[in-house]
Formats: sequence, C-alpha cells, structure tokens
Amino acid sequence: MDKFKLEYKSFGDHALLIQWPRLVDESILTDIISFNELIKQQLDVQETVPAYNSLLLIFDTETVLAKMIKEVNNLYKGHYKSDPVERKRWQIPVCYDTEFGIDLEDFAFQKKLSVEDVIKLHTEPVYTIYAIGFLPGFMYLGGLNKTLHHPRRKEPRLKIPRGSVGIGGEQTGVYPQESPGGWNIIGNSPIRIFNPENQPPCGVNVGDQVQFYSIDKPTHELFTIQVESGIFQLKTLELND
Amino acid sequence: MIKVLEPGLFSTIQDLGRKGYRDKGVPLSGAMDSHSAALANTLVGNPEGAAVMETTMTGPKLQFDGETVFAITGGSGSLMLNGEEIQPVRAYKAKRGDILDMGRSNNGLRAYLAVRKGFRTVEVLGSRSWYVPLTPSSHLKKGDILPVEVYSGELPKSRRVPKPVDFSKKRLKACKGPEFTLLSTQQQRQLKTGIFTVAKENNRMACQLNENLLPHEMSILTSATLPGTVQLTPAGKMIILMRDAQTTGGYPRILQLEEEAICLLAQKHTGEEIMFSF
Repeated sequence: MDKFKLEYKSFGDHALLIQWPRLVDESILTDIISFNELIKQQLDVQETVPAYNSLLLIFDTETVLAKMIKEVNNLYKGHYKSDPVERKRWQIPVCYDTEFGIDLEDFAFQKKLSVEDVIKLHTEPVYTIYAIGFLPGFMYLGGLNKTLHHPRRKEPRLKIPRGSVGIGGEQTGVYPQESPGGWNIIGNSPIRIFNPENQPPCGVNVGDQVQFYSIDKPTHELFTIQVESGIFQLKTLELND
Repeated sequence: MIKVLEPGLFSTIQDLGRKGYRDKGVPLSGAMDSHSAALANTLVGNPEGAAVMETTMTGPKLQFDGETVFAITGGSGSLMLNGEEIQPVRAYKAKRGDILDMGRSNNGLRAYLAVRKGFRTVEVLGSRSWYVPLTPSSHLKKGDILPVEVYSGELPKSRRVPKPVDFSKKRLKACKGPEFTLLSTQQQRQLKTGIFTVAKENNRMACQLNENLLPHEMSILTSATLPGTVQLTPAGKMIILMRDAQTTGGYPRILQLEEEAICLLAQKHTGEEIMFSF
C-alpha cells in the first residue's frame, strides 16, 4: 500500500493532530488504526483519539512540537512492518418493532418503502466505525445505504431511550445512553455498548465493523435480561487486515 | 461525612478528570478552574488532584459530621462558619456539627471547597468527577451525604501557596487551532481585536459567546476536540468547549485556549468581557 501524505497541526501545547487526506475511506482508516497502535507502543503519549481522517496525540506534559513531528514522521516511514491490527465485526441485535421504532412507519412512508424493506436495507450492510464521540460509546458509522439517507427531525426530542437505533442524514447509529437527539428512531438494541462497570467499559474500537440483525420483541426482552445480569455475549467475527 | 443542607445552584465533586477513555467518547471532566482546585487542595495538605467540591455562583450550605480541615478558593463571596465570617484561601478546622455557608460569589463564578483527604465519593474509570451517566448524580441535592474521612490533626503548616488569580482579567491566552488558517483575513482580525461577551449558554460542557465572527462554509470531517477548543459554527458563532465537552466535533477548531485561560474563562459570569491573545 502506498503511504499517505500526512499533515501535522499543533493543537495547544499538549497535543498534536495528524491529518490524512480528507476522505471517508477504508484504506485511510486502516492506516490510521495501525499507525495509532504503533504510536501507543513507541511514543510516550497519554492518550490518542482516532476519527475519520485524523489522529490526535495527547501528551502529559508540554511538548516541543517540531521534535515530536520528526519522531512521528520517522515512525510513519517504517510502520508497514508492524503487525496487522486485530479488528472485529460486531453483530448487534436490533428490535425493529414499532414500540421501539417510533418513527419507523412514518420513515418508511416518507421513503416510499415498506417497513420490511427498511429493515432489510438497514441490516444488509457491514458498517465501519469511523469515530467514537458525542456520547461515551457513540459510534459514527459509515456505510448506510443511500436509499435510507433521510434528514434529521426538525424538532429534536428531549429524551431518546438508551439503545435507540436511528437514522440522521447519511448516518445511522445506536444511542449508548438516554440523551436528547434529532434522529429518526427505527428500533432499539438491548445491548450496552458502553458500560462503566465493565473493564474495558467499551469493547468496540474505531476501525471495527458493525452489522445489525433483526430480533423480535420476546428476544429483545430476553436479551435485555441477559444484558442486565451480565451474561449476554455479543457475537463477533475476527477480521484480518 | 458532610451533609448537604442546601445544594447551591450547581455544585459537583471534581478531581482532575477521567483520563484514558477519550477514544471511547468519555469526556475528560474535572475541575473547571483546575488552578483554584489545586490551590484549595494544597492549603489543606492534599495532593493537587484530590476530589474537591466545585460550586457555581450560589454555594451550598453544608454540615460537618466529624472533624476535618477545609479551605475555599476560586470565586467566593461571604463565607460563614457557624454564622461567623471566614476568609477564602485559608485553611480552617471544622468540628462535628459545624455549619459552613458558602453564600453567593461576588467575583469569580466558581468556588472550590477542599477537605483533608478529599471527598471520597465513588470512583468510576479512575476519577471521582461527576458526570452522568458514569456517576450516579450530576449535581448536589438537598440531603445528600458526602463521604469524607475524619481528620483530627493540626492545620497544615502555612507553606507558601501561589497567589490566587485575578478573575477580572479579560485576556485569554490561546494558540492557533488546527483550522485557524482557513479563516479569512477579516475573520482573523475580528478574532484578534474583538471584545466578546460570555453568553448565557455557558456550563460545564461549553461556553458560547454573544458576538459572532463572519459566517463561513468551511467544514471538516468529525475530529478530536479538547477542553479549551474554540469551535466556529457556520453562522459564525463561537463555542468554547469546556471540561465536560464531547470528545469529537465537526466544526472548525480555530483556537485552543491554554490551561490558564480555561481556568480564567471558567470564572466568568454571563455577560463578562473577554479577548483572545494569540
């Protein structure tokens, strides 16, 4: 694979932003994720935040930028010798019952689709996690079928329940906790993507993949109980780069 | 233990924040004015990062259930211990049954109360900073009981403590943000010479400004943000991210405040003037 041309931007005196070409692109994300792993092993960083086409390095202490850029750049030059990063594909159950998917029927009507079509189009793709932000455990997913692109609601709701699955613009995602929000809600997932009582609190990583599968209401109830009692196991596939 | 008789306007427990989970979308959190929090801790003989109480504008009324040593820093007004006035930036002894009334601040917006050994509220992901849904409560409520260890020792020997900051200063020191260079010359000039005022939309997540820069059509792909990041919305509104802010954002990041400037901004009331110096 060709190397990308990186841009370095200072971001305060404790952080360095690395930018890849401005594209939503799998190969760029893969490069960011594997470089991120190498940086965490090799450099004295406090934490890093990958997202779409950028990677932020946060340091404990004030950093001499020019020196750090040189170190990072040298590391980048050699990084294809590094091991491939372990990535996962998460199978996330969603109940598309209208009890949860309060906008589903209206959404289907406006898109001139049947409810079944919406569910099919939503569960077919393999989505990529391009960023985690907004709320703890909120995944920015790429890969929504164009047919399902739909503007956000004009009036955001003040309370959207945890686990709600929505579509807003070109994006789809799961609300990891109750929050205000403007997306069209089409279903609910009983799983907890972020749980502060678990270690790690959030198993999904930027660069992982997500696929939704449809479950009925009794299964949603069962999974909810299993999640609450800590015995629910999310199904994952290991992917090799 | 400390019992909350009156909660004040918006009081929370904060340390220096929750590090290491920002790639999972967990805000840093921590004391808005970290300098004042560290100073309060120093005065009572704590490590700088012990958990303190952060109050906003109107402070709480608290009752001590056991002996301890405490100190108050930051923006404070008339402080009363059992009805007698006490001074900020000084350590005091409290005994069982004492009542501390932190009153209404008449300079900075936020005060910090440190007690010896820190508040022992629940630690979640390495921090005691209150942030819902990670911690059970978002702010103090009447009747809350806060765990504090009994300390019957002497007041810490007066050691040299840094002078408290002058909260009336207007200049916020900043560095250029990653998207600064996308600004037009005119916008850059506005930013450099403008006097801005703090909007009423200011809280632990973000502080908006009343005056806008010129509108623009710049956009970026969602990318990391930090406390102190100055974001510019397409309408030209500036949103300065604070400690509880989300970890990523889609608006251009035009400036990045220095730590000292974040602390100063945390002390500004609605309507107060600020300027950027970069």
